[in-house]
Amino acid sequence: MNQPSKSRLPLCAFVGFTLLMWALPAEAHLNSTGMGPFYDGLMHFLLSPEDIIPVFGLALLAGLRGAHYGRRALFVLPIAWLLGALAGLTSFASAPHPFIAAAWFLLLGGLVAADARLSLRTTTALAGLLGLYHGYLNGTGMGPSLSTLVVLLGLVFAIFVIVALVAASVVRLRASWTRIAVRVTGSWIAASGLLMLGWAVRTR
Amino acid sequence: MKKPRLCLSPENLALAVFLLLCAQPAFAHPQKGEAVGFLTGFRHPISGLDHVLAMVAVGLWGAQLGAPAIWLLPVAFPMVMAFGGMLGLMGVPIPGIEYGIALSAILLGAAVMFEYRPPLGLAAALVGFFAIFHGHAHGTELPPGQSALLYSVGFVMATGCLHALGIGIGTVHRWGWGQKALRVAGALVATGGAFFLWKAIA
Repeated sequence: MNQPSKSRLPLCAFVGFTLLMWALPAEAHLNSTGMGPFYDGLMHFLLSPEDIIPVFGLALLAGLRGAHYGRRALFVLPIAWLLGALAGLTSFASAPHPFIAAAWFLLLGGLVAADARLSLRTTTALAGLLGLYHGYLNGTGMGPSLSTLVVLLGLVFAIFVIVALVAASVVRLRASWTRIAVRVTGSWIAASGLLMLGWAVRTR
Repeated sequence: MKKPRLCLSPENLALAVFLLLCAQPAFAHPQKGEAVGFLTGFRHPISGLDHVLAMVAVGLWGAQLGAPAIWLLPVAFPMVMAFGGMLGLMGVPIPGIEYGIALSAILLGAAVMFEYRPPLGLAAALVGFFAIFHGHAHGTELPPGQSALLYSVGFVMATGCLHALGIGIGTVHRWGWGQKALRVAGALVATGGAFFLWKAIA
């Protein structure tokens, strides 16, 4: 004889209600607490187009040349960036020179657009110079402290991840049109550099 | 059972470009002045029909001509246009800008209409020559108080997207009816250019 089955709905509702009551505040928007120095550094890089676009360009350039170039950029750029930032810690805050910022866009974008067959040594030098220059600018005005070092770690981590993702994505491209799309992206970076150059002349 | 595969066909790419162009700005957490700079730059090339006609025509013509023009022309146009923009920003005067813009739509539209197939160098030179007029017009009309970097990036991306739109539409060239439709589109572009030339002269 079948017993009438009890509905589990009240029990589930009770458990669900209890779990909901236990939920902790998400604190998704940490206006008061902040995100902590590591994430501050990470987000600073990700929200700074003047930093992220040249890094993106260098990663595209390295990726076009192959995995070996990508690996070299992957380690040289963040290390140079960290060294530059450490060197800049004791300096006063300074903004990037508009001509140099435009020149980086033009150079890296132009090299990607031309699919330039640079030697590994030249690519390494470019990564080192880019890292030292932008790292120095990031480091200026921060002041030496323990939390600053954590900020720099977050920043360097973000660079490492971006270079790894972009260069690896480009290395595995096989279809010719996908490599052309990368070169078109490079031409856009270079074109932006040209406009920035005109802007810098106008506002001088 | 056969699994469905994601196919990167020209039709799918054209659809993706169309959907991307339909996307509205998120306005999530803009930095002061930054999102405005990007959006102002992005809107600038698509704010005037005379510019839109010429840029889409470059994509259409590239699609008609096939490789390597299909990617060389859309690379040449933004690069030379940015050079023209730089000249405009620097205050270097170029006479007859409005005529040049209108003529670009007429000639590029006519090239699509007649499926004109010049040597690659001549096609790139023609596109580059007219790009200077478009860039110069944009460069001299820049609003003050914008983020130079983000404005520039938005400006170039919008131009590239217009070319991509033209290439996306131009993928119909593989079919007979598509070739006819492209020629009609070229005629429409040329007619639009003639209208803008008439406006510039009047």
